[in-house]
Order: sequence, then C-alpha cells, then structure tokens
Amino acid sequence: MTEPRTVDLEVLRYRPERDSEPVWQRYTVPYNHDMSVLQALQHVKDELDGTLSYRWSCRMAICGSCGMMIGGKPKLACETFVRDLLPGPIRIEALAHFPIERDLVVNAEGFIRKLERIKPYLIPKEPRTLAQGEYLQTPLELERIEQFSSCINCMLCYAACPQFGLNPEFTGPAAIALLHRYNDDSRDGGRAQRMEVLNAEEGVWSCTAVAYCSEVCPKHVDPANAVNQNKVNSAKDYFLRFLSPKGATR
Amino acid sequence: MSRDPAIGYRRPMRSWWRRDRFFVRYMLRELTALAVLVYAIVLAVGVVRLSQGEAAFDGWLQALRSPLSLLLHVVLLLSMVVHAHSWFEIMPKTMPLIFVGGRRLAARTIQRTGWAATVVVTVVVFALALWARA
Repeated sequence: MTEPRTVDLEVLRYRPERDSEPVWQRYTVPYNHDMSVLQALQHVKDELDGTLSYRWSCRMAICGSCGMMIGGKPKLACETFVRDLLPGPIRIEALAHFPIERDLVVNAEGFIRKLERIKPYLIPKEPRTLAQGEYLQTPLELERIEQFSSCINCMLCYAACPQFGLNPEFTGPAAIALLHRYNDDSRDGGRAQRMEVLNAEEGVWSCTAVAYCSEVCPKHVDPANAVNQNKVNSAKDYFLRFLSPKGATR
Repeated sequence: MSRDPAIGYRRPMRSWWRRDRFFVRYMLRELTALAVLVYAIVLAVGVVRLSQGEAAFDGWLQALRSPLSLLLHVVLLLSMVVHAHSWFEIMPKTMPLIFVGGRRLAARTIQRTGWAATVVVTVVVFALALWARA
C-alpha cells in the first residue's frame, strides 16, 4: 500500500455572525479512488473543522440535497468524484444564483414558493370515486410526461440559469418543468389555473434559451425543453382568446 | 453583493457570462444574431436603391464589390454559419416531443433535418441566381 494521497479543497465559507462577505478556506484531505466530493467534505467536518455547513442526505443522487458549485459547475457532490478533479485544488462553493445562508447552504425559500405556486399535483379532469378505480393512461401518454416527472428538486438548473441569477423572481427551469409535467398529463384538468404562472413575464418569457439547465440536470429532465415548449403554449393561449371568448385553455 | 440576515448573502452577477464556457457560447449565439440584422439591412438598402432607378441600383452593386464590403460579407457569412449551428443545436429543446410510430424522435434527427433544409434552400437559391444570370 502506498501512502494516502491528499488533495486540497478550497471551500467558500460564509458565517453570517462573523463574515461580512464569503471567504475561501483551504483544507487538505486524504483521498482514494472511489471518494466523492461529498465524502471529502464529510472528512473535513468529522476530522478537521466541525463548523463547516452543507446539506446532504442519500449519498446516491436521488434526494437532491447536495447540489453545489464544484470547479465552477453546478453538480451533486455525492456523484462527483475527487479522482476526476485532480490534481486540485477543488473549488467548492454554494449553488450559484441563490443567497447563501451559511457556507454551502443556500436559501431555497424562493424555490419552495414557486413549487407551491405551480400546483404540482393532479387536478383531475373528472373526479372519480375509489369504487370507479384508477385514472388510466396509455404508455405513450406516460412517455410525454415521464422525463419531466424525474426532477429531484436539486436546483442545479437554477444555478445554471443566468436569467434566474439576474431576476430571482423568474419561475425558472425546475418549477416550469414540473408544471409542464402536470399540464401535459392526460389525466389532468388544471391547465387553465397553471397558465397564469406560465404567461407571466416571470413565467416562460424570462427564458432566453441558454439551455445550460438541461446540460447540468443529473436526471435528464431537460427543463429547457419544458420551458420552450410552453412559450408556444403561452403564445397560443394569448392569441386564441381572440377566437374563443372564454380563452384558449378554458 | 447584499447581505440580509433574513435572506442570506447574494453574490454579484457581474460578468456572469465569462464564468462558464457554455455562457460564452451562448453570448456568441446572441452576438452573431447581429450579423443576421446587418445582412438584412444591406439587402433592405438594395431594395430601396432598386426603387430609385437603375443608376442607384448599379451604385449599390458597385459598392458590394468593394474590398471592404467583401471582407464584411466574409465576416457575416461566418457569423451566420455559427448562428445557424447554435440554433440547430438547441432546436430540439424548443419543439414539442415528436413521436413517430410510437417512438420519440431523436434530437440528432431534428438537428440533421434542420441542416438538410438549409442545404436544400441554399442550393435552390444558388440555382435560381445562376439561372437568372444566364
């Protein structure tokens, strides 16, 4: 066995009670071939500096908690490996475009509010009783929405979206992708209620098709597609109201 | 760059587009859109000169042959190729999902169709130009 090799981490720290602005702090940690960036941070917290704050839970890219900027890119720390970032130093920073609460922990309050606003649940076209059984769907109808339902709310897409950085009110990629997942669901009847969110300036029209959101998405949701498909839907909704007194979606 | 205990520390967005190569490429796409605009203006001037009579139109044709104009057109052509490429790249993201025979049409097929249409239109325009000259 060779001596354990080490790598330097540069972590952007922010402790509101003592820092007026974030500061970089360097830690040297031993690493091995199968070590993730999350494990490197855990080494720091357990062995070097217990004051370092970050979010994590599942360690297997499904909970969406450990999103952070690693080497300037939005990534999940649990599925990013130290071996791919050698020789270092590895720069780690809280998710871009979000306010930093402490160290690598961002304030996700705005995102949660957006999720609530889009009504991310089925609003059935025709309510059915339990006795009437489940709402059926064909495989093709499922395929139209399946990828958009894979979102794990990790917010990497927001850290990849400069329009969200410039205007935090922008509903943004993940929330619009989830909105689309319900609007395009054959069993759903809530489209008219959700179109108001899409049609707003902070809805689809704040997107300029940078499309980096789809690039960084760890679940291949392709939020840029959901947002841009809905520019067409929003335009139709606007123009069709002149043909139908009740509007296009009602 | 603001610090609000209730919200947290907001980092500045200054020169955000230089932070990632992806953003630089995006800005290049947006910048090359200006080439499309410039070329549209050049053509629009041609139409105006045409309406002013033969001498005016010949003057415009003469101006197009100047070295400066040729250089401008090389720059415009390159910019428009870059612009077209960048748009075909994101075209699959701007379209509804297309299913053919129960299967999802691949992004690459959509991009290739875009390029094929470009090649066909270019050939047709060249053929028309040559036919008009003859």
